[in-house]
Amino acid sequence: MRTFLALLLTLLAVPVVAQDMLPPAPYAYQQLDDPALETQAQNLMLTLRCLKCQSQSIADSDAPMAGDMRHQVRTRIAAGENPEAIRAWMVERYGAYVSYKPEVSASTWPLFVIPLVLIALVLFVLSQRLRRRA
Amino acid sequence: MIAELGLAALWLAAALAGLQLFAAVIGLIGKGDDAEGAGIAGLVRPAAIVQALLCALSFGALLLLFARTDLSVLLVATNSHSMKPMIFKLAATWGNHEGSMLLWVSVMALSGGLIALVERRLPVRTMIATLGAQAFVGLGFYAFLLFSSNPFARLAEPVAEGQGLNPLLQDIGLAFHPPTLYFGYVGLSVAFSFAVGALLTRQVTPEFARVMRPWVLGAWSFLTIGITAGSYWAYYELGWGGWWFWDPVENASLMPWLAATALLHSASVLAARDALRAWTIMLGVVAFSMSMIGTFLVRSGILTSVHAFAVDPERGSFILALLTIYIGGALVLFALRANTVAEGERFSILSREGALVVNNVALSAILGIVLLGTLYPLLTEAFDVRVSVGPPYFNPVGAIFFLPMMLVLAVGPMLRWRNDRLERIRWSAIGLLALPVALAIGLGISLKIDLLPLLGMALSASVAIGSLMPLRGRALRRVPLATWGMVIAHFGVAVALFGMSADTAFQKERLVAARVGETVQDGPWSITLKSVEPVAGPNWTAIRATLLASYDGGPVQESHPQARSFWAPPQDTSESALLTRWNGQLYTVLGGEAEGDRWQLRLWWKPFVTWVWYGGVLIALGGALALIGRVSGDLKRRRAQARNIERRSAGDPLMENPA
Repeated sequence: MRTFLALLLTLLAVPVVAQDMLPPAPYAYQQLDDPALETQAQNLMLTLRCLKCQSQSIADSDAPMAGDMRHQVRTRIAAGENPEAIRAWMVERYGAYVSYKPEVSASTWPLFVIPLVLIALVLFVLSQRLRRRA
Repeated sequence: MIAELGLAALWLAAALAGLQLFAAVIGLIGKGDDAEGAGIAGLVRPAAIVQALLCALSFGALLLLFARTDLSVLLVATNSHSMKPMIFKLAATWGNHEGSMLLWVSVMALSGGLIALVERRLPVRTMIATLGAQAFVGLGFYAFLLFSSNPFARLAEPVAEGQGLNPLLQDIGLAFHPPTLYFGYVGLSVAFSFAVGALLTRQVTPEFARVMRPWVLGAWSFLTIGITAGSYWAYYELGWGGWWFWDPVENASLMPWLAATALLHSASVLAARDALRAWTIMLGVVAFSMSMIGTFLVRSGILTSVHAFAVDPERGSFILALLTIYIGGALVLFALRANTVAEGERFSILSREGALVVNNVALSAILGIVLLGTLYPLLTEAFDVRVSVGPPYFNPVGAIFFLPMMLVLAVGPMLRWRNDRLERIRWSAIGLLALPVALAIGLGISLKIDLLPLLGMALSASVAIGSLMPLRGRALRRVPLATWGMVIAHFGVAVALFGMSADTAFQKERLVAARVGETVQDGPWSITLKSVEPVAGPNWTAIRATLLASYDGGPVQESHPQARSFWAPPQDTSESALLTRWNGQLYTVLGGEAEGDRWQLRLWWKPFVTWVWYGGVLIALGGALALIGRVSGDLKRRRAQARNIERRSAGDPLMENPA
C-alpha cells in the first residue's frame, strides 16, 4: 500500500520536500529481473540527466529525484515501453535539458557542425602537408 | 605585524614586476648599443630574482598566519579553526580563493626567479623579452590579488573562533590537489612567456625548444597527477563507481593537459629537427589560454561546485579581463609575427615528425571538441536555452580523433626522423596495425561488447607493444633516461586505455535488498551480508555493514561500506568500500534500510578499473623521468662547456696569441 502511495505521489509530482521524506520508490535501488530489460533501462538511465546534481546521470546519483526517475524508467521498460518513448516523456516533462543524448535541433546544431568542420580542417591540413612534403 | 609584512612584501613584489617589465621594454626598444639602455635592461634578471624572494616571503607570512590561527585576519577567521590538525591548517592557506591566488603568483615568481638565475642558453634579447612577458602576466595577477582579493585583510575586531574549512575539503588528497594543478598551470605560463619572448625577438630556434621543454614536461606531469588523483577521488567519493563525468570542472583540467601534451610533442620536433616553429609557438599560447579559461570557469562562479570558493561576479570579470588581454595580445602578436618566423626544416609524412604532426592535429581537434562541449551549454544558457552535453556526446565525437591517434601512436615511435623507408618498418607496422583488427574481430565475435570499448581494448594492445618497440635491439642500460620516459608514458597510455575499456565493457552491477545472512552473486564474487551495526565518528554517526566477499570460491575478505550522517552541516554520504585485486575492484556501497529487515546494497565488480589510474601514474612517471633525463643532460653539457673554456684560457699562451 505504502509503495503504491509513493508511486502515486511521484506521478503527481508533489513538491520536492515532501518527496524527500518518503522512502525511495521500489525500483530506484532494485534491478529488473530480466537482464535484457535491465540493460535497456541502464542504457537509457545513463543518458538522462540528474536535474539536481552537477553533471551526473540518473544512473549514478543518490538524489531522491534521480531515484524516482530510475523507478519511472524501470517500471516503464518492464511494462514494455520503448526507451525512446520514455525519453520523449521525460523531455516533455522536464525539458530537453534532461536528455544527454545528442540530437540535432535549432539550439544544438553547432555542436555537430563544428566537429565536422574540424574533421574537414584536419584532413585539409594533413593533405597539404602530404602533398608538399612527398 | 606579520599580515602587514606579508602585504608590504606583496606590494613590493608587484612594484618589482613593474620594474622588470619596464626594464625589459627599454631593453628591447634600445638596440643594446647605447649604454643607458643596456644598463636598464641589466636590471631585468635581478628584478626577477628579488621579486621571487619577496613573493616567497609574502606566502610564508600567510602560511605563518594560518599556522598560528591569527583570528584578526579575515581570511584565517573565515577558513580555519584553532582545533584543526596542523596539516589542515596549512592546507587551508590555499584552500580558499585569496590564498590559492597568492600561491599561484608565488609559484610564478619563483619560476621567473629560477629562470633569471640559471638560464644562460638563450640570446640576451630573448631572455629579456621572456622575463618581460613573465612580468606582464605577473602584474595582472598582482593587480587581481591586491585590488580584489587581498589575502591579508584585517578584521576590525578579532573573532573568538574561526569558521573552519569545508569538511569535504579536509582530506589529505585534497590538501595537495590545488598545488599540483597550480604547478601545472604556472609551468604552462612559463612556456607561454618563452613563446612570447621568442616571438618578440623572432628567435624560434631548437635551443628555444630545449629551454622551454623542461617546463612543459614538469607542468604536464603535475597536470597528469592532478587529473588522475581527481578522477580517483570522484570514483570512491561519489559512490556509484564512475571515474569520469565530463563535468566542466574536470574538463577545465583536461583542456590544458591536452594542449600541453600537444606542445610537448611539437617542442620535441622543434628541438630535434628545427621544424614546426610557428605551430609550437601557437601551442604555447593555446596551452596557457586553456589554463586561464580553466581558472576562469572554475573560479568565476559560472559553475556551481566545490571549486567555486566565492561566487563573486567582480572577480569573474577580472579574470575574464586578464584572459582577454593576455590571450588576445598573444594572438595578435602571433598574427603579426607568424609569417616572419621561417617555416623550418621539411620532412616526409612517413617520418617521426609526420607521426607527431598527426598527434598534434588530433590532440588539437579533441581539445576543440572538449572546449566546444564545455562552453556551448554556458553560451546557450545566456540565451535561456538549456542544453545538456555529456558522455553520449563527448565519447563518440572525441573517439573519432582519439582512435586514429592511438593507431599512429603504436607505429610512430619506431619511425626515423626526417624520412623513413616503408620497407624498413613494413612488417612491424603491418603487425601492429593488424593486431587490433584481429583482436577487435575476435573479441567482437566471442563477447558481446559495445563498439567503443571493443576498439579501445584492441588498440591498447597495439599501443602497449608499439610503446616498447623503441627499446628493441638496444642495450637497455645505454638507453637514455628521456627515452625511458617516453616508453613508460606511452605504455601508461595503453594501460589506462585498457582499464577504461575493460571496465566499461565488463563491469557487473548488482543492486539488491538483502537480509542479514543472505548471499548475493556479482560476477565472479559471492558476497554475504554478515551484519549491520551502528558506529560513530567525531562529527558523524553511521550504519556500517560487514560483507564477506569471496572471489571465485577463494579466501573470504571483509568489506565495510558505511552510510554516514554528518550533523554539522547535516549531510548524508555513503562511504564506499573497495576490495582490490590485480584484475579489478569490488566496489560496495550500503544504501538505506528496505522493507522486511532488508538492506539496500549496491555492488559492482569492476574488472581492471584500477588500471585507469595505474596508467595515469605511469604517464606522469614517464614525464618526470624525461624531465630528469633532459635537465641532467643539459647540466652535463654545461659542465663540459665550462671545462672547455677553462682549458682554453689556461692553455698555452702561444696558442692563444700565435703572432
